[in-house]
Amino acid sequence: MHFLANPLRFQRIADAVFPWAAGGAALLAPLALWLALVVAPPDYQQGEAVRIMYVHVPAAWMAMFVYLCVAAGSAAGLIWRHPMAEVAARAAAPIGACFTAIALFTGSVWGKPMWGTWWVWDARLTSVLILFFLYLGYMALHDAFEDPQRGARAASILGLVGLVNLPVIKFSVDWWNTLHQPASIVRLDGPTIDPSMLWPLFTMMGFFKLFFVAVLVLRIRAQLAERRLANLRLGAEGRA
Amino acid sequence: MMRPLLAVLRRDLRLARRRAGETLLGVLFFVLALSLFPFGVGPAPDILARIGGGVIWVLALLSVLLSLDRLWQSDFEDGSLEQLALAAVPLELVVLAKCAAHWLSGGLLLVLVAPLLAVLMAMPAEAMLVLPLTLLLGTPTLTLVGSIGAALLLGARRGGALVALLVLPLYIPVLIFGVSAAEGALMGLGGTAQLLILGAMLLVSAALAPFAAAAALRLALE
Amino acid sequence: MPSAEPALFAAQALACARGGRLVFEELSFALAPGEALLLRGPNGCGKSSLLRMLAGLLRPAGGRLLWEGEAVAADLPAHHVRLHYVGHGNAIATTLTAEENLAFSTELLGGTGEHLAAALAAFDLESLASSPGRFLSAGQRRRLALARLVAAPRKLWLLDEPGVGLDRASRARLEAAIGAHRAAGGICVLATHGDVAVPDPLVIDFHG
Repeated sequence: MHFLANPLRFQRIADAVFPWAAGGAALLAPLALWLALVVAPPDYQQGEAVRIMYVHVPAAWMAMFVYLCVAAGSAAGLIWRHPMAEVAARAAAPIGACFTAIALFTGSVWGKPMWGTWWVWDARLTSVLILFFLYLGYMALHDAFEDPQRGARAASILGLVGLVNLPVIKFSVDWWNTLHQPASIVRLDGPTIDPSMLWPLFTMMGFFKLFFVAVLVLRIRAQLAERRLANLRLGAEGRA
Repeated sequence: MMRPLLAVLRRDLRLARRRAGETLLGVLFFVLALSLFPFGVGPAPDILARIGGGVIWVLALLSVLLSLDRLWQSDFEDGSLEQLALAAVPLELVVLAKCAAHWLSGGLLLVLVAPLLAVLMAMPAEAMLVLPLTLLLGTPTLTLVGSIGAALLLGARRGGALVALLVLPLYIPVLIFGVSAAEGALMGLGGTAQLLILGAMLLVSAALAPFAAAAALRLALE
Repeated sequence: MPSAEPALFAAQALACARGGRLVFEELSFALAPGEALLLRGPNGCGKSSLLRMLAGLLRPAGGRLLWEGEAVAADLPAHHVRLHYVGHGNAIATTLTAEENLAFSTELLGGTGEHLAAALAAFDLESLASSPGRFLSAGQRRRLALARLVAAPRKLWLLDEPGVGLDRASRARLEAAIGAHRAAGGICVLATHGDVAVPDPLVIDFHG
């Protein structure tokens, strides 16, 4: 676990990973778009609008996945005092929040032709909205203190509390939704997925994953540089 | 083992009694905010009765939210929190005792005035029993979960505004099952399952929230 | 090498970092029963941080604390119940009376009520016993906070500027209490600006 604790060692691994992730993302992006927009068939019920799914579903998955990453980083930071884990969790959160925002936006754009309105309190959209709030809380708490260390640790506790709550929230929102919504309407999570839709979906998913890794490495590097700068400033003040 | 915890409970209840005005403010908010709804949606009894359960639950939730700064802030400012952390019992148990006192002087009052509010919202007579019952099971969970958020924000720059952002998303499950239990029972669909889930959430939060809140308090003391 | 009389409370190479800045490092001491440690130095030099560290409230950035040769960090709850910490805050609820405040602090720290009267007397608080906290002056509040020391006996006293706001007579009472504590084999660590006299202490001088 402490293998990655050293920022220098991390830097070396990141340098090795980054070109592959960034290059892979750059290759997969046009391929995924082509598969989703051209190759995949229109849905018999949803028509061309189904193509939004190829962005919406992977974005929603990523929103969840990145939150798990944030929580894992928080746990490692709290339990093992792993400094790089906190940095990684902090760097991942805004990316996850962006995926969440994309999932919300695409869900809403998809909802307009499907439901005739920009927003429906669909189970999946509602869960994603709450996830978005959790991200906002995590990031706001991070920045709420004069001492960045304090903010990082507080946010880590919140990240773990959020993780414990996520399944409860998901379960309760599903319960609430089945209680209040007639089952006949087209659901955003769709009935079953046809195999012809799977490949575009998975390609897009791969693109999102690689994109996430590349941006994460960039953001972690930026944070380390920022921290070094702050230390240099402190040192300069100390000598002055 | 019990003596220090009972001391915390006794002290906080005594403090709440001596600052009764402050304590009752939460209940006052509950009643006042509810009386806005007839002005907002019109006094038609069928509409009021339809939204009554949800409105009362949302307001109870906000009332607990508003009272959360009472939980740790003054202890943090005057140095009592350090003494609580150095008590002869683990801080986790102290958190539990503090939350119990906070609920007895806050959430419990909401439970007690809920029947009155049910009347104001033109709800059926059963609601006077059902609503308080759901609040009785739900509001302690709100206090416990809220204690984490309030503890995390000790010493933060804009604590007051942030606590809503941290805590409200975590309150949603309690709200869903609280309202669902009340409405299920009122519509004759039965709300036992929801009540059991509310109870389960209370037990789980009583078991887990003190650990998170105590970790947050220790962090605030560093 | 351990000396003939092993230290009851010792620190080895403690380091403290606040906000990414190193406040002090390589701080060591060893205290035998009955000894006192005096922390001196200007504001913001780490005296309060050290006291919080000794109380187990602040985690050292390096080094360790030992009690009877055992690492304190291995069992913090056990450490907490052997110490008194009097920080800048007096931990006095304004709506409780002086006696209620003291009784609560004592029970919280696991003490019984048997020393309450003695504690009030030790800091000349009997006449104020039923005054609410908000009517007490700064010096009276400080005395009430210090009365905890006597009300709930504990081995290790950690006092942060205990003499602040005290008049000469009250300081003498504090000095007497510290003397009695040390005579009974207790240890006292205090940060002061020289307003509290402690006979033959160990001294750590902080430089800003």
